[in-house]
Amino acid sequence: MAEAERYVIGEVEVERIIEVIFNKRGIDFSGYSRASFSRRIQRITDRDSNGDFEIIVQRVSEDKLYFDQFLKEVTVNVTEMFRDPSFFLAIRKKVLPELGHHHKIRLWHAACSTGEEVYSMATLLHESNLLERSVIYGTDLNSDVLKKAKNGVYSAKNIREYTTNYQRSGGSGNFSDYYQAAYGNAVFKEFFRKNMVFSEHNLVTDGSFNEFNLIMCRNVLIYFQKPLQSRVIRIFKESLAPGGFLCLGSKESLMFADDHDAFEEVDATQKIYRKKLVV
Amino acid sequence: MIDLTGIELIVIGGSAGGIKAITEVLKPLPKDFPVPIVIVLHRLKNVPSTLQSVIQYHTLLLVKEADEKETIKPRCAYIAPANYHLLIEKDKTFALDYSEVVKYSRPSIDITFECVANVYGNKALGILLTGANSDGASGLLLMKLKGAKCYAQDPKSAEVSTMPQSAIDIGATDELIALNRIGLLLKQAALKIS
Ligand SMILES: C[S@@+](CC[C@H](N)C(=O)[O-])C[C@H]1O[C@@H](n2cnc3c(N)ncnc32)[C@H](O)[C@@H]1O
Repeated sequence: MAEAERYVIGEVEVERIIEVIFNKRGIDFSGYSRASFSRRIQRITDRDSNGDFEIIVQRVSEDKLYFDQFLKEVTVNVTEMFRDPSFFLAIRKKVLPELGHHHKIRLWHAACSTGEEVYSMATLLHESNLLERSVIYGTDLNSDVLKKAKNGVYSAKNIREYTTNYQRSGGSGNFSDYYQAAYGNAVFKEFFRKNMVFSEHNLVTDGSFNEFNLIMCRNVLIYFQKPLQSRVIRIFKESLAPGGFLCLGSKESLMFADDHDAFEEVDATQKIYRKKLVV
Repeated sequence: MIDLTGIELIVIGGSAGGIKAITEVLKPLPKDFPVPIVIVLHRLKNVPSTLQSVIQYHTLLLVKEADEKETIKPRCAYIAPANYHLLIEKDKTFALDYSEVVKYSRPSIDITFECVANVYGNKALGILLTGANSDGASGLLLMKLKGAKCYAQDPKSAEVSTMPQSAIDIGATDELIALNRIGLLLKQAALKIS
């Protein structure tokens, strides 16, 4: 029976906490998909209040410090380097040669979490001699993950897996040349960070802030309902130069976006699109 | 015996030996099998996958990877994509989630079973197949508590018995069925409701 009692978060609780967060903290989760969001609330409730949902509601409304903690956990921040190596292989083959035509290359990793994806992309740019000419923006809702991204320090226990991913993505160098091992961590070298900028940006409320040659936004649209997905794709459309690339996660698509017509496919399997020259 | 009266979804989980087992379950099923089937198998990540085509090769039923926001429909067997948890929304559409591994697994069988329990209640049927860890057992138990029909592959017929045995040990199963009978029983049960 303990199993069944664990589930205190139903529809009513989810809608209530979304309302409380919005009213008291001004952050809007109403456009998020409920199945995942409700699991997050369940997880937080189990951990922080031993299953007592009322305590969570109270702390979210009254305790600012607690809310900061809560916010870090309520979105999913899991990420890895070179997730889907075949995607990064397609970037090497089909996208980098095109980006190479620009004097200055602007890239935006929207919802970059702790930055593993940003360093993966920077590795590719470096190996194509494009990193010097690039500026990479990494943004996320969560300021805490951005601090980690800025530091570029990742646990050494994942490095073997990342090295395999790197090789599968077409990397032919020594991956270990890119970081220094220190106290169970891999510290990515300083030259990567020279052209990286990290800042907070909420895809629900913030808009376009620059013009980019490539935008990567992977594994966050899955958490959004269709209207919010559509809003985000509009921001990307407005933020891309003509011919600029848009890269989504392996199970995401432009299907539900009002603006899907503004894009053409570069690689449908790898979810790489391109803004049409004339929109 | 399997009775599909009132059943709106079948969910099947498996791990080690699971690909072979699932093909055996699906092999006898006709193209127009009336209940949607959701399959969660532990699988490799970060490599190109042939799982969908391997399973499709053995069955007339349409096999596809579940897409996010896709409406769950009959005459289809959906498989959970690699490296995502497969969730189900109240409106019976799929959702994908790249959150923490559970019992070292993503996709996690427990998570999908829990969603099925919460969304389908007693209109679901769950089957846990061969596997080398205990993923799926507690999810199956929740399904049972919500009134679903719950089966495990008879551990004697399993390539690795840990997974079905874990479900049996916590009392999550109504009945054990030998692997070579599961597909047949599903097929017969489908004839009775059509
Ligand atoms: C699963 S991670 C994806 C990381 C990386 N792109 C990948 O695919 O590995 C999702 C990220 O989206 C962020 N996120 C969620 N809602 C957001 C929003 N409204 N605006 C910006 N970022 C958001 C979360 O904080 C989290 O870091």
